[in-house]
Amino acid sequence: MLTQQEKELIAQIWEKMIPVAPEIGSESLLRMMTTFPGTKTYFSHLDISPGSPQMLSHGKKIILAIAECSKDISSMMDTLAPLQTLHAYKLKIDPCNFKLLSHCLIVTLAAHMGDAFDPIVHAAMDKFLSAFAAVLAEKYR
Amino acid sequence: MVAWTDFERETIKSIFGKLDYDDVGLAALCRCLVVYPWTQRYFGNFGNLYNADAIRANPMVAAHGKVVLNGLDKAVKNMDDIKGTYSELSVLHSEKLRVDPDNFRLLADCLTIVVAARMGADFTAEVQAAFQKFLAVVVSSLCRQYH
Repeated sequence: MLTQQEKELIAQIWEKMIPVAPEIGSESLLRMMTTFPGTKTYFSHLDISPGSPQMLSHGKKIILAIAECSKDISSMMDTLAPLQTLHAYKLKIDPCNFKLLSHCLIVTLAAHMGDAFDPIVHAAMDKFLSAFAAVLAEKYR
Repeated sequence: MVAWTDFERETIKSIFGKLDYDDVGLAALCRCLVVYPWTQRYFGNFGNLYNADAIRANPMVAAHGKVVLNGLDKAVKNMDDIKGTYSELSVLHSEKLRVDPDNFRLLADCLTIVVAARMGADFTAEVQAAFQKFLAVVVSSLCRQYH
């Protein structure tokens, strides 16, 4: 359950990530695929070498989708409806992987924000990304 | 027996060699108690854990953070037999402390975030993978004596 303060904090952070979406997104994906090699199985159609144009473009897509949701968290169900359908019926990514990417997004934010990524910010971000992942998986069954 | 590459060994020794165990122990445990408040169930006698500031200022949290990091140090110094090194600690956590093993993973994740925040860009994807592999072995060894 996110407080109003947490929602504002989250919106502020993701707003700042929009201009660097390709970098933040591709770094998070690279971290995920390096630490959890099983996740690479979903990317056999892409060039996943670090910094590749496809990683940058795919990373950007993910960050922009998250940033969009962060602007109005209470409307997450509506905002994510098309992506829910995509993940459930086409991509069929095992939802356990959402947790892995969320963790790597958080590691990326911590590495870039240093001390500013304090426990309060971390807790808010973890709650938001857990909710995001849960909504994304809603149409699976 | 875990297979460690030279890179992984050097990375783990280098990271832990530079950590201030008091500082990082407190930061990691504090973060765990704030981000995953249900972990507070194991610290009922720690007194004031009502909010992030109270947790950060609590001397028992600091003391326990130090205990945890010094426990991890044992694994750093015995990377080729973490399982053996931790067999008594595993019994302690399962039989006496009765800690749900998922909590080890939560604390490990918090420690990863603390180290990432401290190291910034030096915490590359490869360094992260080595660090998380090490913590995964530690967690698995702590879980071994749960029956």
